[in-house]
Amino acid sequence: MCLAVPGKITEILENPGLKMGKVDFGGVIREVCLEAVPEAQLGNYVIVHAGFALSVLSEKEAQDSLAAFRELGDLETELSPSQPD
Amino acid sequence: MRYLDEFRDADLVKNLVAEIDRTVTQPWVIMEICGGQTHSIMQNGLDQLLPPQIELVHGPGCPVCVTSLELVDKALAIASKPDVLFCSFGDMLRVPGSHGDLFSIRAKGGQVRVVYSPLDAVKIAQQNPDKQVVFFAIGFETTAPANAMSVLQAKAMGLTNYSILVSQVMVPPAMQAILGSPTNRVQGFLAAGHVCSVMGYWEYPEIAERYRVPITVTGFEPVDLLNGVLTTVQQLEAGKHEVINAYARVVSKEGNLPAQKILKQVFQVCDRNWRGIGLIPQSGLSLRPEFDDFNANVRFDIADIQTKESEICIAGQILQGIKKPPQCPAFGVLCNPENPLGATMVSSEGACSAYYRYARNESVNV
Repeated sequence: MCLAVPGKITEILENPGLKMGKVDFGGVIREVCLEAVPEAQLGNYVIVHAGFALSVLSEKEAQDSLAAFRELGDLETELSPSQPD
Repeated sequence: MRYLDEFRDADLVKNLVAEIDRTVTQPWVIMEICGGQTHSIMQNGLDQLLPPQIELVHGPGCPVCVTSLELVDKALAIASKPDVLFCSFGDMLRVPGSHGDLFSIRAKGGQVRVVYSPLDAVKIAQQNPDKQVVFFAIGFETTAPANAMSVLQAKAMGLTNYSILVSQVMVPPAMQAILGSPTNRVQGFLAAGHVCSVMGYWEYPEIAERYRVPITVTGFEPVDLLNGVLTTVQQLEAGKHEVINAYARVVSKEGNLPAQKILKQVFQVCDRNWRGIGLIPQSGLSLRPEFDDFNANVRFDIADIQTKESEICIAGQILQGIKKPPQCPAFGVLCNPENPLGATMVSSEGACSAYYRYARNESVNV
């Protein structure tokens, strides 16, 4: 229930009283309530639970953390110069 | 899928495992709170990649598992009524009550439907004005906003045939209950990332300070989980107990304020009985009195519930990280996902189900 994968907003539906949108989860498209993510734009990735978007994914934070994990590998190579390729 | 595949990258996993190897010098016990994290750890074999000094124990973050037996029995009683259309998340259907489960109610003619979202249950109520539609509103802080929104939506639509049976629970009181127990073994926590996406993590520094445990806000993919372990081990090795957000692409310190507003509008904090664990004060959410019309507990007078729990099942000790599934005499023998004795064997977030499904016990036939 707490598992969720990021989905991409493909459509924003301005229903009166309830902001909804269509979100693409790797090809599966679902209607999702966007009421709690007023900042969400078309093309943003959102984390959705029980049909309710809880967070807009920060693409900058994602890239920054991936870069840091790649650097760990570079560091390891530096620290272990004697290891054969 | 974007923002998913990158966090399952094998090279990054190797980098993080190597860094954990370099950092660890002594044994540490770390608990991942969320059952979704437990399943990801088992499915991806992360427990087998970690150095032997690091023991991961599995937390109570499985809403299906901790929903009290009394509430499950109440759900079964309500779902049995002829004028009721009972809606639930799919995981809940096979959870054993004292006598049977929701599947068995359906087999006897009860109208039980699986929905993806409580908002779908509201639509069902709209389409079935001659039925009482009841949604089993279980979950942690992740499902609370959606469940609350369903009540607000039903009210706005003027529906008089929609109600929810609430079993909302909250993570921080459970962490404190575990840490305060004399049998506690946990030295560091991987906090549940998606719970924090709603509530933020401003509540955690006080817990970290009081019990002197590091807490790392952690995601669900292999790279996220290993980064959570690394961050926690770095703190443990350095004798620190801070709260660090290792899931910044999704979680902010203050959390999702609009979602919190919706949640607080509909729910209030209450004491809650956790299955297998017992009463944890101020650990649950219940409907505010102004939403009594949408409260299944008020609408359906279900009295005289005599609960009967399995005498063999050790789910409660597993949920607190005291024991592991293979230590249960029934595991894989008397108890399996098709015939579960306890809810931890049912759910896609339950620890027993994870051990069974990913064969973490050689005696298990799969």
